[in-house]
Amino acid sequence: MVNLKINNIPVSVPEGSSILDAARLAHVEIPTLCYLKNVACVGSCRMCLVEATGARGLVAACVYPVSEGMEVQTNTPKCRKSRKVTLELLLSKHKKKCLSCERNNNCELQRLSVEYGADEDRFEGELQNTPLDDSNPCVVRDNDKCINCMRCVAACKKQHVGAIGPIGRGFHAHVGSAGGVQLKDSSCVGCGQCVVACPVGALTVKSNIPEVQAALEDPAKHVVFFTAPSVRATLGEAFGLPVGTNVEGKMVAAIRRLGKCSVFNMDITADLTIMEEATELLNRIQTGGVLPMFTSCCPGWVRFVEQTHPEMIPNLSTCKSPQEMFGGLLKTYYCEKNNIDPKDLFVVSVIPCSAKKFECKRPEMNGEVDVALTTRELARMIKTAGIKFTELPDEAFDDPFATCSGGGTIFGATGGVMEAALRVAAKTLDGKFEVVDFPEVRGTNPIKEATYKVAGKTIRVAVASGLENAETVIQSLQSGEKKYDFVEIMACPGGCVNGGGQPTLPDSVRNNVELRDERAKALYASDKQNKLRLSSETPVIDCLYKEYFGAPNSHKAHEVLHTSYKPDPRV
Amino acid sequence: MKQCEANCAACESLGTPEQEAKLHAVIAESKSTPGCLMHILQEAQAIYGYLPMQVQKTIAQELGIPLSEVYGVVTFYSQFSLTPKGKNRISVCLGTACYVKGADKILQEVEKQLGIKCGECTADGLFSIDSCRCVGACGLAPVMMIGEEVYGKLTPDMIGKILDEHREASK
Repeated sequence: MVNLKINNIPVSVPEGSSILDAARLAHVEIPTLCYLKNVACVGSCRMCLVEATGARGLVAACVYPVSEGMEVQTNTPKCRKSRKVTLELLLSKHKKKCLSCERNNNCELQRLSVEYGADEDRFEGELQNTPLDDSNPCVVRDNDKCINCMRCVAACKKQHVGAIGPIGRGFHAHVGSAGGVQLKDSSCVGCGQCVVACPVGALTVKSNIPEVQAALEDPAKHVVFFTAPSVRATLGEAFGLPVGTNVEGKMVAAIRRLGKCSVFNMDITADLTIMEEATELLNRIQTGGVLPMFTSCCPGWVRFVEQTHPEMIPNLSTCKSPQEMFGGLLKTYYCEKNNIDPKDLFVVSVIPCSAKKFECKRPEMNGEVDVALTTRELARMIKTAGIKFTELPDEAFDDPFATCSGGGTIFGATGGVMEAALRVAAKTLDGKFEVVDFPEVRGTNPIKEATYKVAGKTIRVAVASGLENAETVIQSLQSGEKKYDFVEIMACPGGCVNGGGQPTLPDSVRNNVELRDERAKALYASDKQNKLRLSSETPVIDCLYKEYFGAPNSHKAHEVLHTSYKPDPRV
Repeated sequence: MKQCEANCAACESLGTPEQEAKLHAVIAESKSTPGCLMHILQEAQAIYGYLPMQVQKTIAQELGIPLSEVYGVVTFYSQFSLTPKGKNRISVCLGTACYVKGADKILQEVEKQLGIKCGECTADGLFSIDSCRCVGACGLAPVMMIGEEVYGKLTPDMIGKILDEHREASK
C-alpha cells in the first residue's frame, strides 16, 4: 500500500493507483472530461490537473501514479485557473446551443463551466462547421458540439467495432469514420455505447418521439406500448431516484397517462423467446445441428456477426428478439383476436437500446414494431406531458400480456437469457429438475463459463457481454481452444441494463457507482419475488401455444417468431 | 496501380501483383514489432506513391486494428497522402522567407498553369502540387521543388517554361 495525502487527508491506496483513485477514497472530487471508468483513461483533456509534491508543474490526476509520502492539492488557485482556461478554450469552439440541446442540464461541460465560472465569450474562437451526421438509424453526431475528449472512440474500440476514430490534426482534428464516410456506411452496430460515454451533446440517439405523439393523437390508431425488462430498473434515474430502483408500477402508470393506449410487459415475449430458443437448442443438440448456438436477442450483436463474422451466421439462433416477437404477435394474434386491422395498430416498444431502432426497420421484420423508443425518450415524453412521475401510484400492466416469469425479467442483465433458457431446458430434459438459480452465469465478469449435467447430457455454456469479449469467445471457438453448446452474447458491457438508450448519468456517478451491478440487482430481486420462475410456467405462454402456435418451433411459430440473417461484411 | 479517382471505399484493387506482394511482405516483416504502423505506412506509400483506402484496409486487417485507427494516423501526418501523386511532384515552399517573397503568387501560377489545386494531381498523372514549410534554401526564396530539383528566386513568369521542360522530359 502507498500512503499519501489528498488535500491534507491521509489515504492508503494500492501501488499503481492514480491520484484520481486516491482522491475518491478521500471523498474529494476531481473534475474529469476525457476520463471514464472502465472506458477511457488517456489524460488528454487537462481538466483533472492537480498539484503534487515531486511533480513538475500540474499533473493529470487520472493518469499520474501515486507515490509514498506524496502530498496532493486539488483546489489551489493554480488548479482552478488552469481548469477555467481549459473550459474557456473548449467553449470557444463549442456550438453553444445549450437551450435546445438534448443534454441541457445533463452536460459535463455545462456543469463544470458553471462550477468554475468559465466565461463562454472570453475567447472568440471558431466553429468547425461540420455537417450533422444523421445518416445512421440509431446514432446522430454533431461534431460542432464535440470537445474531442475521445471517450466515444475509446468506447467504440472497446466494443471491438472501431467505427470511429480521430481524423486530421490541429484545429481540424475531429472524430469520424475512416475515409470520411458517414456513420451509416461505417462498421457501426448501433450499440450506442458512444452516446452514453459522451459528456456533451455531440452524440445522441435519433428521436422518434414525434411519431409516437402523432399516433397517440390519431383517433384511428390503436396504440400499444410494451416495455423491455431493464427499463423498469433505470427509468427512475431520469427522475432523480437512486440507481437500481425498480419503478415498474410507476412506469406503467406514466405511460397510461400519455394518451389512450394499452401497456404490455415485454418480459412475456422474453419468456416466449426462451420457449423457442430452448427448443431450438435441444433440437440442434439432438439432431446434430450447428453448435454452439448463439443467442440472437441483441440487435447490436446480430449486426456485429453479419458485419464482422458472417461465417458465424449459422450459429445464430433463428429466434427473433423479444421486441420483434412482440411486434409479430401483436400484428397477428392480437389483431385477429381483437378484430383490429393491423394497419391501425401502432406498436411502440420501450427499450434500453439504440440498436433496436435499426432492428425494427430491418426489412425482414415487416415493420411489425412501428417505433422503438429509448428509456431516455420515454422519460422525456413523461416530462413533456407534465406527469409527476415520483408521485404516481403503482399500476399493473394490461392483460393479456401482464404476468411474466422471473426468467423473462432477468433478460435485461448479462447472463439472464442463459439462466432463463437453462431453467426451461433443464426442466424439459428432466421433469424432476428443481434448480432454478444458476449463479455461475450471473454477474458482470466479462466472460462466464459453466458446464451442466442434465438427464445424462452435458451442456457447456458461455456468457459474454461487451463485443470485445464476444470477439474473444469467437476467437477461442475458431481456434478450437474452447467448445460450447450454447453462448449468450449481449453487445453492451453488463447487458441491456447498460444499454445505449439508458439514462445518461454524469461521470461523478459513473466513475463511482457500479451502474451495471446496481441496475441488474433490481431485476434479480424482481425474479426472486416472482412465484413463476420458469418461462414455461407463464400462463399466457401456455395459452399462446394452445390457441395459436401449437408448439414451440412449429410452422406457425417459425412464420411469426423466427427470422434470418444476411452477411454484410464491413471493415 | 490503376488510379481510383475518388479513392473510394468500394475499390478493392491492391495494384499490380508486384505491388500487392511487396505490401504483404512489408506487413509480414514488421507485424510483430510494437508500433509498426508508421513504418508500414511509409513503406506502403513508397510502393504505391500514396495510400489508397484498400491498402489501408489490408494493413488494418492484417494488424488486427480498426481501419479508423489507420486512417487517423494517415490523416494526422502530413507526409502521408490519400491521393495519387504525379510523376513530377511539385512542392511549393510557403515558409516565412518564401512567403514574404511572394510564394503565394508562385503557387497560384502553378495551379493556374496545371488547372488543379494544391494537393491534387493532373488527369494525365504528370504533375501533382503540394505546399511545404521551408526546404532550407531561404537565400533563394521564393523556392519550389520538382522531384529532387530545387528552383529558386522564382517569379510567376518563369513557371511556364519550367513546367514545359518537365513535360518534355517525361515524354
